[in-house]
Amino acid sequence: MTMEANNGVSGYIHSVESFGGVDGPGVRYIVFLQGCPLRCIYCHNPDSRKMSVGILTNSASVAEEIEGYIPFIKNGGVTLSGGEPLAQPEFAADILRRCKDMGLHTALDTSGYGGTVAVLKVLKYTDLVLLDIKAYSGKLYTAVTGMSEDKAKALLEMCEKLAIKVRIRHVVVPGYTDEPNEEQMLARYLSKFNCIDRVEPIPFHKMGEYKWKDIDEEYELYGTPEADEKTMDKVKEIFTREGLKL
Amino acid sequence: MSYYTDDIDFLYSDISVRDYIIKNYTPYEGNGDFLAPPTENTLKLWDKVKQLMQSERERGGVYDIDADTVSGITAFKPAYIDKDLEKIVGLQTDEPLKRAIMPFGGLRMVHNSLKAYGREPNKDIDRIFAYRKTHNDGVFDVYTNEMRKARHSGLITGLPDAYGRGRIIGDYRRVALYGVDFLINQKSRSLEMSEGRQCDEEYIRHREEIKEQIKALGELKEMAASYGFDISLGAKDTKEAFQWLYFAYLAAVKEQNGAAMSLGRVSTFLDIYAHRDLENKRYTEEEIQEFVDQFVMKLRMVRFLRTPAYDELFSGDPTWITESIGGMGLDGRTLVTKMSFRFLHTLSNLGAAPEPNLTVLYSTRLPAAFKEFCADISVRTSSIQYENDDIMRTEYGDDYSIACCVSAMRTGKQMQFFGARVNLAKALLYAINGGKDEISGEQILPVMPVMNDDKLDYEKVMGSFDLVLDRLAKLYIDTLNIIHYMHDKYCYERIQMALHDDEVCRTMACGIAGLSVVADSLSAIRYAEVRPVRNEQGIAVDFVTKGEFPKFGNNDRRADKLAVMVIKAFMQKLEKQKTYRNAKPTLSVLTITSNVVYGKKTGTTPDGRRAGEPFAPGANPMHGRDIKGCVASMKSVASLPYKYSSDGISYTFSIIPAALGKKKAEQTANLAALLDGYFEEGGHHINVNVMDRETLKDAMEHPEKYPQLTVRVSGYAVNFVKLSKEQQLDVINRTFHAKF
Repeated sequence: MTMEANNGVSGYIHSVESFGGVDGPGVRYIVFLQGCPLRCIYCHNPDSRKMSVGILTNSASVAEEIEGYIPFIKNGGVTLSGGEPLAQPEFAADILRRCKDMGLHTALDTSGYGGTVAVLKVLKYTDLVLLDIKAYSGKLYTAVTGMSEDKAKALLEMCEKLAIKVRIRHVVVPGYTDEPNEEQMLARYLSKFNCIDRVEPIPFHKMGEYKWKDIDEEYELYGTPEADEKTMDKVKEIFTREGLKL
Repeated sequence: MSYYTDDIDFLYSDISVRDYIIKNYTPYEGNGDFLAPPTENTLKLWDKVKQLMQSERERGGVYDIDADTVSGITAFKPAYIDKDLEKIVGLQTDEPLKRAIMPFGGLRMVHNSLKAYGREPNKDIDRIFAYRKTHNDGVFDVYTNEMRKARHSGLITGLPDAYGRGRIIGDYRRVALYGVDFLINQKSRSLEMSEGRQCDEEYIRHREEIKEQIKALGELKEMAASYGFDISLGAKDTKEAFQWLYFAYLAAVKEQNGAAMSLGRVSTFLDIYAHRDLENKRYTEEEIQEFVDQFVMKLRMVRFLRTPAYDELFSGDPTWITESIGGMGLDGRTLVTKMSFRFLHTLSNLGAAPEPNLTVLYSTRLPAAFKEFCADISVRTSSIQYENDDIMRTEYGDDYSIACCVSAMRTGKQMQFFGARVNLAKALLYAINGGKDEISGEQILPVMPVMNDDKLDYEKVMGSFDLVLDRLAKLYIDTLNIIHYMHDKYCYERIQMALHDDEVCRTMACGIAGLSVVADSLSAIRYAEVRPVRNEQGIAVDFVTKGEFPKFGNNDRRADKLAVMVIKAFMQKLEKQKTYRNAKPTLSVLTITSNVVYGKKTGTTPDGRRAGEPFAPGANPMHGRDIKGCVASMKSVASLPYKYSSDGISYTFSIIPAALGKKKAEQTANLAALLDGYFEEGGHHINVNVMDRETLKDAMEHPEKYPQLTVRVSGYAVNFVKLSKEQQLDVINRTFHAKF
């Protein structure tokens, strides 16, 4: 990544969505950054995982584009999603910095997978973290993502220290992350954090399935059913019992 | 003298409902907590109406037809749904939902409609109309060959040459405020005052028209009297105000089967009566809501007899009883009153419905509570459209109304000559094919150079397109001149024009279809490589496009500017034409539902749209090409200049509730924020569809009607129409049964 005087930091994006109604408060402009180190078996955006492909741009042009949307997002804001935005920390940080300069609310939609220094750089300009915690135990986390859970937990602790608001997201995949003991451990762990304002359990669905057909990787969950209402109710109950707000 | 207008100066000044409103209304900035539920009477009556509507559906869409009576203001004896339950009375014919024949527009249309529903024409009526020319006869007597060809090929489409032109709004409030006698006196007096003018064609026509208006007002009084009401004086209270106003509107729909029979801007006017009666304890809030509900019920029952061909163009049996609600006054106060809430509240009391076409005149300065109230109803019912009061007020003042969908006009002071629209996508193909139709191969426009190049050259295509637009503008206005000359002559809107000033401002309301197809096609020619594939006749029947090009709807200035340029260029050409009665040409970007029919009649276009595929509706980006989401799309549409398209720019926005926000309160707030943003950017009109189950099912059947339905569920985005049928059903089930 290079730093240029006027263009800010260059980086790769996958796409943008000019209207987000469910990724943070209010009407939001969402930038999907390209590249993710995780290999979640249920990924619904598998086309955004590969690094250093996609649209090469820079933080200045991303911010310039965002500026035109201020009438719509002045009471909402901007959300960086992905991919994993922390995989391009300088790029992400510089977009968010420019958003803060424009007086916009910023959110970071992340799995938490980034180095401490990098994460701190980005958090400096982040009002809200949408943290996707895949699982509590290391074994299950690795089973569904191919990586270790340490970084997600480290980011949550950092937010607690820095008093940055966190919204937890957690995808409930039948046969994987719907196991009551596992959910119980996760709920108990989360309940210790003051920075968490709400938890959003998200039912696994199959509407992103078609995207896997276009990439040369194996999708393992063709046979996995979507999370039904009953499963979701059970998970929600576990979270609520631990005093978490849904 | 009327109860509420005992101010002598006011009565002897010119008619001005607007001044009366501004002097007497009470703005309301609160929320909807005061609203009353439907009364038992209303519910009973509504049940009866719903049963009638049910049998109408079972009878194939038409409940009954009176084939033996030529409709008119006094043609039918009084009729009721259930006299004991009805607070507001009056029906179009002698039975609810029964349709009348109105042969003055065209006898052939009446015959076709009757035939389509298995009914026999009445021989006596046929005999009379053998001696009485109709609007349709007149038009086809004088159409030129070129007009017939342009009409047949679908270059100019949907013309009101075989049906009532509509889009004229009588100022129905005048009857409630002044009473009919005063209006008749005013008309007679002005006729006397004008004596001495040279009796040229214009003045002769004027005298004859005013005379007809006076007769129609007399008939209106007679019709009301048959129901037991004397409306010679103004209304004394809220109930009478609703009744008087409804009689005036009823007279219009007894006399005219117009394409759009809009109501105007009546709610805030009526609130003046309601406010007084509440203060004087004459009526309770429940009673006032009962009048509103029952008035709206009557509007929902307006029916016209139309041909299947008409229905293909404007599907769903629409009547466009548009009521314009809210807006801001020129003095800075909001025109929102409690009555604005009450009218919108009918969607809760009686359930969602397409008619009346409730239109909120949106200003970013509207009271916040009203904005939220509207957004909430939109989310629940998808039944409201919004139009930018801030840009219309500068053009039309603060007492304009919307006719049909997007056409603003000063109420009672302005009318338009409805001109349907030209197919600009086809026009672009004519530019490439030397004026020949791409489907029939027929020479429609005069011979012009054919774009023979292997690869289309942007400059050359633009040059040729400019020539086509020149010829088209002339042909189009000439055609409209004929239509409206004949409509005035043979099918004059007597009662509606009686509720206008004597001297009205007239616009020639032209329109275009296929704007996004043209913008994207020009963009492809300019920014990519487009090679036409020609058939043996030399007509480009396909295009091979290499390379990327920007597309309208992504807030990409390169493409958006092309759309702006096309509007501006065509509008400037229209302005140069000589029009019937010196009407001022205007332009709309609006297709209603006809974008499908226009698409069917248009060959493959350079943007990659295949022959026969539908256009996007109105000013919408082409379906699936706006890849940056709806706000980018709104920005593109908002960039289209209202100045050059002052008859309206229509945009249809569809979203599922779950994508709008997770919780109900978030959905409402987000929708209000989107509207604020869109209108602040200068957008003119927006249809808001927050899809319910039925709409999503409809989207499965007709994906072309839902150009950008994005399903965003917790950080996850897919295009609804890309999903398999099974998955679509799944979304429908999820949306309505599961919680995200």
